[in-house]
Amino acid sequence: MFREKIQSTTRYVAIIGNPNAGKTTLFNALTGMRQKVANYPGVTVEKKEGKVIFNNGDSATLLDLPGTYSLTANSPDEKIATDILFGRTSHTPLPEFVICVVDASNLERNLYLVSQIIDHHTPLIIALNMIDAAEKSGMIVNAQKLSDELGVKVVATIANKGIGIDELKTAMQSHITVSQKARQWSLPNVVKEECRELQTILQDAHHLSEPDSFHEAIQLLTAASALNEHQDRYAPEVLEHVKKDHEHLDILGIDRQSVFIESRYEWIKHVCEISRQMKPQALETTSDKIDKVLTHKIFGFMIFIALMAMMFQAIFSWANAPMEWIGEGFTALGARVTAVMPAGDLRDLIVNGALAGVGAVVTFLPQIFFLFLFLGILEDTGYMARAAFIMDRMMSKVGLHGKSFIPMLSSFACAIPGIMATRTIENRKDRLVTMLVSPLISCSARLPVYALMIAAFIPQKKLLGFFSLPGLTLVSMYLLGLVAALTFAWIFKKTLLKGETPAFIMELPPYKLPSLKSVVMHTWERSYLFLKRAGTFILGVSIVLWFLATYPKIENATPAQQLQQSFAGQAGHLIEPVIKPLGFNWKIGIGLIGSILQREVFVSTMGTIYNIKDAKTGEANLSLRQKMHNDVDPLTGAPTFTILTAICLMVYYVLAMQCMSTVAVVHRETNSWRWPIFQIGYMTALAYGMTFIVYRVGLLLIA
Amino acid sequence: MNTTINKLSLNNLTVGEKGTVQLISNASLHVRQRLLEMGLTKGTIVEIVRYAPMGDPIEIAIRGYRLSLRRLEAESVFVQKDVQ
Repeated sequence: MFREKIQSTTRYVAIIGNPNAGKTTLFNALTGMRQKVANYPGVTVEKKEGKVIFNNGDSATLLDLPGTYSLTANSPDEKIATDILFGRTSHTPLPEFVICVVDASNLERNLYLVSQIIDHHTPLIIALNMIDAAEKSGMIVNAQKLSDELGVKVVATIANKGIGIDELKTAMQSHITVSQKARQWSLPNVVKEECRELQTILQDAHHLSEPDSFHEAIQLLTAASALNEHQDRYAPEVLEHVKKDHEHLDILGIDRQSVFIESRYEWIKHVCEISRQMKPQALETTSDKIDKVLTHKIFGFMIFIALMAMMFQAIFSWANAPMEWIGEGFTALGARVTAVMPAGDLRDLIVNGALAGVGAVVTFLPQIFFLFLFLGILEDTGYMARAAFIMDRMMSKVGLHGKSFIPMLSSFACAIPGIMATRTIENRKDRLVTMLVSPLISCSARLPVYALMIAAFIPQKKLLGFFSLPGLTLVSMYLLGLVAALTFAWIFKKTLLKGETPAFIMELPPYKLPSLKSVVMHTWERSYLFLKRAGTFILGVSIVLWFLATYPKIENATPAQQLQQSFAGQAGHLIEPVIKPLGFNWKIGIGLIGSILQREVFVSTMGTIYNIKDAKTGEANLSLRQKMHNDVDPLTGAPTFTILTAICLMVYYVLAMQCMSTVAVVHRETNSWRWPIFQIGYMTALAYGMTFIVYRVGLLLIA
Repeated sequence: MNTTINKLSLNNLTVGEKGTVQLISNASLHVRQRLLEMGLTKGTIVEIVRYAPMGDPIEIAIRGYRLSLRRLEAESVFVQKDVQ
């Protein structure tokens, strides 16, 4: 689906629109499965292109621009959309024309963007979408009248039902012109004059085109007083003029910011009056009725918790069975390779290096699949915005946005889908903070480590009659992770990624039935991207780890001896002085190194060290516990593991970034190595520091 | 002048009450820009639809759609309360 190369067709077209206007649905309807996803260079904004094939066999490349409310570039997404529309980027050609998706049921606000595009003299077609929803709420928009008022072609569509797509395609093949109705909104004369003067100066000083100078002039007149941020972008004569303009308009008491926006909305009101018929409608829409329940003080919470519990259940346990099948599949494949290939390093590399690594990545697929299926449905129905609405108050306490809640919750199952889910957070800093702290939340891969340690070393005692000590320990570990995540979110928001508290100005779109096609395509796309991007990296890491645990070779050694003498084993010995203050010896050191790729490997590494085959299963696990229990230092006779060591080890695993798949995903999502490296750094430091404190305090308590 | 007397912050309205936007002040340039562009311009009628279960943010009806904003942002939106 995504591998198909998009040929350099002669026509390059972009699709733009407000969020929630049905832009993605329309994009899918036009391009079908012929899509590919990449990132814009240097930013985390996703670039999606598809191919539209017309009836006569011609085709065009369609670029799906990020959803935007205006061309003022309030966010990285909006900046990309604006830059491409204005032909300011080197990575993306200037589109020949744009299709602007307009939500017919929300005409006024959607026309704001249209008005800006028209003013820039960009050739344009309007897809007047969701006319059915508009009609339901008593609004009949006359496409012809709207077209006359705006001076552009208007095609009525219902994208999720495939209505109007053929007409839109036909329209795309006709000659798309620039609207003759640009800038019909009326500014106060004095503002108009200043604007015109500034435009002339901008055109002379910066060789801007007329439309570009108009856009820049408005931006400059709107800007705050000092213009500090623009100083190196503009010529001195421009800045000087802007300064004079500001003084002039300020003396006249003109609000330089709102005057442009208000004038535009005045004109929009006029356009709407002509092209839209409002029928008397019921006071309460269906959406209102649903919201009465879903955002209700009590029921709203209960339903939200129930939905989250279900989603959690899906990623935590429904995904379990397919994960096991995949695991078994890879084991079987490994056995098959072992059977047909002659013994040797190559076979070992394929089975224990490559297959194990690929298996480790593919195992995450069911979780990612379920999470994105759920998120896709929640997003598509409009519930996601309500979830953020309900949770914002709580998240704002640590300086985050309501939208950070779901990624963090998903991280209880696995940080990878959690981090991938941060895409819904528009604010870059909030998104980064959420990604940085999500891996602190205890994921399902930590459970085998906790389970082994608790079963082996935490006594089965009851506290206060009904709390069992092992259960309490487990809950404490989960709480520790959660508290650490929230604390660090707060710290990062106060220090490293501080800035203005992001505004929570969010649209609550009307509820609608989810489009199965969109949801499935979205889920598939996420799963595929994860495999492609995390997969290659993990494959590399796992081959390196295999090499470290296998070489140098020793003749006739038991697996335990072999592991101890390997580079990884030697490294375990080597780091012993470093981990000694935490109460860990070299055996644990090998376990820590072996589980850099993924945490649960610790259990099987311990199994190898203690010569137990397949330590994951019941009986073997039992004997592993006993062996760990009975293991003593040959010199001092002190036990290798005590309750304190077990607790320290768990604390270490709660806080340390022992998961290369997460690193790979953070790298991919931030488009840099800086943040994943920083993340490994701070989490390791935190894990080391906390474990050290726990160990020292523990020693004091015991003594 | 008694115009200021009727001016209230948006967050002082209760659910179901309507007001006409007078001005947005005390907000950062960025927040103000966004609020204006989302349609909270002078003379626009807004209605408080509901408060979130924990009392913040607020949901308002404006220009035929629903928008949510925190009390903090609503504080900077001054409205004239409509007498019903």
